[in-house]
Amino acid sequence: MSVQPLPAAGPARMPSAHLAVQTPAVRKGGVRIVDAVKIYGAQDAGILAVDHCTFDVPPGEITVIVGPSGCGKTTLLNAIAGFHSLSSGSIHLDDEMLCGRGKLKAEPGPDRIVVFQNGALFPWKTNIDNIAFGPIMQGRMSRAEAYDKARDMMADAGLRGIEQNYPGEISSGVRRRVEIVRALMNNPKILLLDEPYRALDSLTKSVMHEALLEIFYKNRVTIFFITHDLEEAIFLGHRVVIMTTRPCKPKKILDIDIPHPRDYSVLTTKRFREFMDETAAAVHEEAIKAFAAGEKER
Amino acid sequence: MNSIGATAMRAAAFITGEDFWRGIVAIIGFLLFWEVGSRSEAWFGFAFPWISQIPSPTAVAQEMLRLIQEPSFWVSAYLSTLRVFEGFFAAMLIGIPLGLAMAVSRTFYGITFPVFEVLRPIPPLAWVPASIIFWPTQELSIAFVTFLGAFFTIVINVIGGAQSIDVRYFQAARSMGSSTWDIFRRIILPGVLPSIVVGATVGVGITWAVVVAAEMISGGGSAGSMGGAAGGGLGFFIWNSYVGGSYTQIVAGMIGIGIAGYMSSAILRKVGELMTPWLAED
Repeated sequence: MSVQPLPAAGPARMPSAHLAVQTPAVRKGGVRIVDAVKIYGAQDAGILAVDHCTFDVPPGEITVIVGPSGCGKTTLLNAIAGFHSLSSGSIHLDDEMLCGRGKLKAEPGPDRIVVFQNGALFPWKTNIDNIAFGPIMQGRMSRAEAYDKARDMMADAGLRGIEQNYPGEISSGVRRRVEIVRALMNNPKILLLDEPYRALDSLTKSVMHEALLEIFYKNRVTIFFITHDLEEAIFLGHRVVIMTTRPCKPKKILDIDIPHPRDYSVLTTKRFREFMDETAAAVHEEAIKAFAAGEKER
Repeated sequence: MNSIGATAMRAAAFITGEDFWRGIVAIIGFLLFWEVGSRSEAWFGFAFPWISQIPSPTAVAQEMLRLIQEPSFWVSAYLSTLRVFEGFFAAMLIGIPLGLAMAVSRTFYGITFPVFEVLRPIPPLAWVPASIIFWPTQELSIAFVTFLGAFFTIVINVIGGAQSIDVRYFQAARSMGSSTWDIFRRIILPGVLPSIVVGATVGVGITWAVVVAAEMISGGGSAGSMGGAAGGGLGFFIWNSYVGGSYTQIVAGMIGIGIAGYMSSAILRKVGELMTPWLAED
């Protein structure tokens, strides 16, 4: 499988200040997780994956969930997305109850779009077909409108020239960007990103981080981001939730007061280092517990 | 993308490549060995075991040159091709929807799969006598056995293909507001297509194997073979050559079947490539 050269990415575009100002008056996509419990298998003999988890994902912000692999972060994401049920507890999106008493599984919907760990672009559709898919499915746009919008969005994201390629023909970094654009086409209230950059090398990763921030500054869509990379978490997040190893619940919640818009120079600042110092021990402790418990990579 | 240019480049690279010449030398060596072996008694007064029984490649080539000018040979080839075509398309027509239904509905799967699994291990050729009893004409019984050859392979591939579709595709489609029908049409169908292509390519090969045997068993001997609508075909042609003692004709017929089988698979592979452009490797 050949790798299409990256379309001219242009000079690294710094998120400019004026973009940050045009935030909508009412921010949407706040998620409230209350006392969420997930037990896999039989209720009495099952495995406790999520243990009375309570925290908020503030609307219009990036919340990053950090925890060892297999700690149950993805379980939580699946519950928000509506792919799996909770055993008890509730999840709210803005004022709407997604799941809770009497309805433990949320309905999947275009207001919550997942960008999957290894990507889930449809391999049999070209990139633009993938991107135009959502609005057509929802009947929100005609085909022509959807394709016009898709072309614009791709151009905006620096993805011009690969419209007619298949996802298998482009590099995994570009693929991830296509998938985020596909997600944004649905006008989601919240983007759920499940370790989207896990498989990428660290150089590509840094490019992807800035690209994600740029998208965020333009759209101000709420982002729920799962990772096990602490540096990534502090760099991207307004809020970082450090999870205990399985069963997962918040161990430490930090509000990262480094001002947005951020770029990579943040990494060398004293404040960034301080956050790293403050959290590294907690994360390391959980990693050791996870290791000792023999959690397998998932 | 310049696919013609790329194909030409690949062809050029292939011909100049080491593998190509190694293959040529191997084939020439094989033919030479065969020629010398089969003529060893005449040439050296020593009968090479086994190979001396077989007509030499040059004799077979001569026989083939004669046969391709013979209309009756083409009628045989035509009849076999027609049966393969009928059986294969019937298998696709019934096998693909059946496999999809089995993959999509747990209830339907629960009802049909056990029966399917009981019948599947029975080799198609074991069906020949029963098939002759079941069906009113000999033609239909051959077509039925041919159908069975491809049918099970296609169904198994469709079920396997559908089950191996990544669950994330369903989740993504569901999130983006796809209905159940959308998911069937836009996720399951394209997701299964590569497996259908594989099943069809393998299935058509089995179809050729089965049709030849079925023709040998049922096409020969009976009154139906006497130039009528039933009987005939390349399998019968080989059998008839054997009965008539024309050994060169047997080998020529074998080669003819090999070529036909290869061409069927090649055509299906090509059609498959056109239908699944996202799997193209270049």
